[in-house]
Amino acid sequence: MSETTGAHRAHAVTLTVNGVLHQVTVPARRLLSDCLRHDLGLTGTHVGCEHGVCGACTVLLDGEPIRSCLTFAVTVDGHEITTVEGLAEGGALSPVQRAFTECHGLQCGFCTPGFLCTVTAFLRDNRTPTDEEVLEAVSGNLCRCTGYQNIIKAVHRAAEIQAEESG
Amino acid sequence: MTTKLFGEPVRRREDARLITGQGRFLDDLGANALAAAFVRSPHAHARIRDVDVSAALDVEGLVAIYTWEDLPGLIAEPLPLLIPHPALTHGRTGHALARDVVRHVGEPVVMVVAADRYVAEDACALIEVDYELLKPVVGVEEAAEAVNLVHADVPGNIGAHLVQEVHSAAGTSAREAIEAAPHTLAFRLDIERSASMPLEGRGVYARWDADDESLRVYSSTQTSTSVRMAVAAKLGLALPKVEVIAPDVGGGFGVKIVHPWPEEILVPWAARLLGREVKWTEDRREHFISSAHERAQVHHVRVGFDDDGRVLGLDVNILHDHGAYTPYGIIVPIITSTQLVGPYKIGAYRVEFTSIYTNTVQVTPYRGAGRPQGVFCMERTMDRIAAHLGRDRTEVRAANFIQPGEFPYDQGMTFQDGRPLIYDSGDYPESLRMLKELIGWDSFPATKAEAAAEGRTIGIGVGCYVEGTGVGPYEGGHVQITSDGRVHVSTGLTSQGQGHETVFAQIAATELGVPIERVSVVTGDTRRFGYAVGTFASRAAVMSGNAIALACRKVRDKALKVAADALEADPRDLEITDGVVHVAGAPSASIPLATVAVLSNPLRYAFDQEAQRATQFAGPSSDDRPPVEDGEEPGMEGRDYYSPIRSTFASGMHAAIVETDPLTAEIKILRYVVVHDCGKLINPMIVEGQIHGGVGQGVGGALYEKMAYDEHGQLLNASFMDFLMPYATEVPRIETAHLETPSPLNPLGVKGAGEAGVIPVSAVVAAAIEDAEGITIDRMPISPSDLYSLRTDTRLRKIQ
Repeated sequence: MSETTGAHRAHAVTLTVNGVLHQVTVPARRLLSDCLRHDLGLTGTHVGCEHGVCGACTVLLDGEPIRSCLTFAVTVDGHEITTVEGLAEGGALSPVQRAFTECHGLQCGFCTPGFLCTVTAFLRDNRTPTDEEVLEAVSGNLCRCTGYQNIIKAVHRAAEIQAEESG
Repeated sequence: MTTKLFGEPVRRREDARLITGQGRFLDDLGANALAAAFVRSPHAHARIRDVDVSAALDVEGLVAIYTWEDLPGLIAEPLPLLIPHPALTHGRTGHALARDVVRHVGEPVVMVVAADRYVAEDACALIEVDYELLKPVVGVEEAAEAVNLVHADVPGNIGAHLVQEVHSAAGTSAREAIEAAPHTLAFRLDIERSASMPLEGRGVYARWDADDESLRVYSSTQTSTSVRMAVAAKLGLALPKVEVIAPDVGGGFGVKIVHPWPEEILVPWAARLLGREVKWTEDRREHFISSAHERAQVHHVRVGFDDDGRVLGLDVNILHDHGAYTPYGIIVPIITSTQLVGPYKIGAYRVEFTSIYTNTVQVTPYRGAGRPQGVFCMERTMDRIAAHLGRDRTEVRAANFIQPGEFPYDQGMTFQDGRPLIYDSGDYPESLRMLKELIGWDSFPATKAEAAAEGRTIGIGVGCYVEGTGVGPYEGGHVQITSDGRVHVSTGLTSQGQGHETVFAQIAATELGVPIERVSVVTGDTRRFGYAVGTFASRAAVMSGNAIALACRKVRDKALKVAADALEADPRDLEITDGVVHVAGAPSASIPLATVAVLSNPLRYAFDQEAQRATQFAGPSSDDRPPVEDGEEPGMEGRDYYSPIRSTFASGMHAAIVETDPLTAEIKILRYVVVHDCGKLINPMIVEGQIHGGVGQGVGGALYEKMAYDEHGQLLNASFMDFLMPYATEVPRIETAHLETPSPLNPLGVKGAGEAGVIPVSAVVAAAIEDAEGITIDRMPISPSDLYSLRTDTRLRKIQ
């Protein structure tokens, strides 16, 4: 089925996703979100708009949050990606994951993977954020269920857990 | 007691999978399924002259292309009109694929099935549809003029017309009461279109099992049981050969109660025809132009009142824009009409609506479902009365309140469930007292003056509502305790993020006296429970919550009976604690529920060591009684239904303080306060979450969201770039307080909570802006540009 010319020409791409090396062959137009979800079976990354506004598809590319729906898989050849499936380390939920459930920071859970990835990177870089900084950090992700109040609470709580656990 | 979990903020059991990426949403399923995509009409109104698929046929990976002419039997017929009503004299529904005429941009015309979605869309792009353009009908008032028709056989573009009239106690009509009133006012109020807009769109995935001749359908729906019946009927399959499952659903908010969507029929049909799994996942543009919208209505209000602000007569005339089709009937304007009266005793009331076709996306309920519009009318009316009389706005409301001693209170109308509009319980004066205290109503004039001294403009607003929740006809629950002591609960209605797995487990754990860890809950899976209505109208906790409680009580009675036999005790002396049945006050005389479950199912064959206890030679049994006694069934399970006589009425009051920028007209909500009464709380954490989310959507509806149709019927803002849903930066912190007036109608005393948050927000924010600016606000949403123009208009009027 794979074509060998033009936009449909297949490209070999090597990705490290959640610490695991994957080699996939994809057409140039394959979105990273589709590659993760459908080629690698990592369906935790969700697609809410496919035009880069909602943030549900946010993953970490070499540690930095990006919209996987606005990224072609071929452009991240050789890079490292972390998805929601990779946030729990050794089976233990991360502080951000724990805080979201503790604070009721999710309802339907569809946008949640994007928030979790965004917040994970944010709290890595800013361990003691102010209210303003937290608001700013999550203001690129849409949620239609929670009204955000408990998400903001969860970010603060995650910072607290992170601080407690780092001693 | 460890098992008393009803009323506790128990953490959600859904979260474990959702925060680790292990949720299963529609598009996460069917990794090997073929993909469907649709050619949709680019025109609001056109006749299809020809469909030319020839250019698409060479696309590698193409499997099939279907147009209306390919559809067999009932699949080619119009989609069902789900809720007929005598007033809906000209109900019309679309076809699964357009036949001859398209009536809105986005209507499906051709279905393509291919190896993957990319290829399917390639093929769609190569299909040429030849359209003869017809005159589009856009805007409800333009449509009412009926210069052009949406449906050639619907005169005046009028789908429905309904008048409801409630005379005063003295027999006076609303119009007579208004004429005779000391004061009268008349004005117009507008609300624009918005939409549910869940983050996950719709989606369908179907598998035909050729060996078993059965169909399994997954749909991102709010009603799997009803989708099942519709699919079986349309495809001509025996009902037991069709199963429908709602997997994890990424939000619904009303839009996913509509069914069967064209795709819910076409995808299973194609899967069966092709003998292959087929999946369709809606993209965001499709959701904007092919699902459903709500809210748009024009209201003309006339009110007559006395010197205290008591409403003597209220006459409301509503123009409702229901879009191109009416699959969900006229539920939205019926709810506006009936819930408009809110917590008030209106002297005499007349409400008339005309429901109109336009060449736009169909209108079906979105969270709140007509109530935000009704509350906007009533609360803006209360504010106008207060302004006219120079009275405090809360005082005028209090003068009209139904008093706590007056329940049950009959509003004299027929509600959306076809039952009398009788409020069951509430305490409106206490709600208002709590609200005023929380927001600091009485001290606000001083705060406002201080702000003014600093050059700041702030204002306060209030809004009250009553919400009929838990509409019938029924829901059911099934509860089974298996021989490992685990409790399996199922109910037919579906979940879209409400936390049902948690709250229903709380109810079961409390009723049965078992640790919640042993309880699992399944919703929306027809393999587990086939009879249900669906999740809408804030009904799940009321309907399924009570059904599950009743089913648990049946199981508990049976468990106590079996345990009493085993313990040689009187069942009335038994209690269940932590999953163990014991004699009250004598904990040593006990038997685990697991064992009770084993004993409840007389066995011939032991499948494990525990099961040996129930075999025929295991212990003493009576020779004169059958192993399964008359009227009994084997197994520790029970099923029951809850079917209420009528809806239960939740209520609430919101208040907000807003600040408007004197230069830019930017509108900022400084404080938002909610007093909420949904009867007994099952899980206060989850109820608060529902309120937060509702208010968030309400803020969107008040300040940002509208569907911008141009005169050609093109939706200009069909993306998240242009349809402005609130981010965290737009939603204020929400302060909440709860009042609990239990419902006398159901065993748990609960009322629905799902829609409450969204209902009064436009009314409250409009009132606060009006208070800040001294400018009449009569249409919502309002943007800074709108406010800026209003200021300019007002200044110009003053100069003139």
